Amino acid sequence: MPTQLFAPLGAAAALLLSTTSLQAAGELNALIWCDHADPALLAPFEEAHDVRVNVKEYEGTAAGVTILEQSRPGDWDVLVVDAVDVGRVAAAGFLAPLPEGTVDTSSYFPDLVMEDHNSVDGVTYAVTEKFGYNTLAYNKAAVDPADMESLGALWSGKYDGKIAIYDYYLPVLGLVGLQAGIDTAGLDTAALETIKEPLMALKAASRQVSDVVASQTALATGEVDILIGGGEWLTAVLNAENADLDWTIPAEGGLLWAQSIGVVAGTEREELAQEFIRYITSPDGQARLATSSCYWGMPANAAAADVLSDDEKAILRWDDQADYLARAQLYPVPDAETDAAMQDLWTEMLQN
Amino acid sequence: MSLERQEKRHGAALVAPALLWAVAFFVLPFAAMVAMSTAKMVGREIVPGPDFGNYIRIFTEPPLTRAIFVSLEITAIVTILSVLLAWPLAWIIATRVPAKWQRLALLLAVLPFWTSYVVRSYSWALVLGEKGIVMNTLVGLHILSEPVQIMATRTATVIGFTHFFVMLLTLTIYSNLVQLSPNYARAAEDLGASRWQVIRLVILPLTLPGVVTGAFLTFVLCIGDYITPQILGGNNELTLPQLIMLQLGRRGDYPMASALSVVLMAMVTLAYAGCARWLKMDRV
Repeated sequence: MPTQLFAPLGAAAALLLSTTSLQAAGELNALIWCDHADPALLAPFEEAHDVRVNVKEYEGTAAGVTILEQSRPGDWDVLVVDAVDVGRVAAAGFLAPLPEGTVDTSSYFPDLVMEDHNSVDGVTYAVTEKFGYNTLAYNKAAVDPADMESLGALWSGKYDGKIAIYDYYLPVLGLVGLQAGIDTAGLDTAALETIKEPLMALKAASRQVSDVVASQTALATGEVDILIGGGEWLTAVLNAENADLDWTIPAEGGLLWAQSIGVVAGTEREELAQEFIRYITSPDGQARLATSSCYWGMPANAAAADVLSDDEKAILRWDDQADYLARAQLYPVPDAETDAAMQDLWTEMLQN
Repeated sequence: MSLERQEKRHGAALVAPALLWAVAFFVLPFAAMVAMSTAKMVGREIVPGPDFGNYIRIFTEPPLTRAIFVSLEITAIVTILSVLLAWPLAWIIATRVPAKWQRLALLLAVLPFWTSYVVRSYSWALVLGEKGIVMNTLVGLHILSEPVQIMATRTATVIGFTHFFVMLLTLTIYSNLVQLSPNYARAAEDLGASRWQVIRLVILPLTLPGVVTGAFLTFVLCIGDYITPQILGGNNELTLPQLIMLQLGRRGDYPMASALSVVLMAMVTLAYAGCARWLKMDRV
């Protein structure tokens, strides 16, 4: 009886395994942001190396670190992470050093090499792959573009009820800080007290606090006309449907987001992981990543210009990057205590 | 070995799989969750307890305490609205629709169940938007001079929930109604009761088990739901599940998420205790 029972199960398992082995000779497990889940990005690498890239999306470094903490060494091979968080993730032992010369950054935008952030004590742990801005996204058919030259327009009363707040505390607190004259690097617990009142006033003037999809829906349907925290990553994918959706960096500045990619410590596929990083940072990989179906963003490697179309570069504002980079500040990099205080303030704002 | 002991062993062997299942998939995870809820975060490290700081914070910090009240308020409104809408619908299907069409009527009533819960919530977002069909109709008919905001409010959350739970309650109340003998109503009418009195004094009390069962299920599903308030509520107030997700997704604060989950489970347990006398499924 047991033999009769298990025989079909064994056959099914064998069939499943043989099918899997027919699909790909190997696997690579990547803990990523949603832009890396685009099949158009992964397929060339999978075909070239006869591997299957398994991806798991996460949001926020704290969540990524929690996943790594609960995993066994070898579960993950590649990690995509906020460039400003590479140091603390590496210090926690989750990233393996990248051997010198793994990636040639000579054709990178110089500001985006970010060696200070991608290395610890002179050892490189990751390489920048994509960047963009958290600033103001808006519908220029409903909003005077001149008003968007200053963050102050959001507190003026003119757009009350037509504002959405992007639901991620770091960039939005950074922007509210810029409006209050506080640089992102100076956003400590004392500064949070200063920005509390304008933050609550912004919430009162806003219609919603929303994630990427809900923000895009609200902008596209005209529910809101302005998104604080938005940028090209949000409006670019909507450009074909509504060319009035635009973005700008106001006089006070915007926040530069940058994501890096590294090899997870303990991986048993280090060579393959490094090969994946080389592909992602190659001109072709960069162009595909820049125009990923989840969200667009500037490639860190300027050589992607040879692959991207003129239309794609126009949407990404390729020619304006020098000016934008000069006016943007990096994300706040809070210590654990400040991070907790920031999230407490954010929760209070949501519940206000 | 005596026959009695043999029977006991036989009974234990029969119960053992279910017991092991319950221990493995409920008791142990629940114990782990309670243990985690008494740990605390020090920096980004989880330090084992026992420490009841998380519970103290939940009941003393306004943003956290408010989530409990927001969840209870929304759940109470949704449950009451769903019962008020589902009972007449179930009664009409059970008593006014010919028997051969009742299955079709029920099928139509639960048709929205066939779509994805997330897709249904996003559909409501489009319907309730300022340029959605509701506002276009109301403005077009000059009932409103300009669109009013429903999306990204508690009202939108309540509408999304109620649409879902009316279907659920209709099923539990209908199954209760069709089991009632028509002789109860006939006897009451013979004794001089009006149609309204028959419904109020005879039918309604006899359907209480179905109503309470459906209401309890509504309470449990509604108070633990994350999707609907997240999509339709616009993050303008946080329910307990949203707060739990914030702890997990953003902060990696598993102790606080566990403590909030224990509070959520305690609320559900209290609701069960309040409904227990009616929750005998065999009566439905």
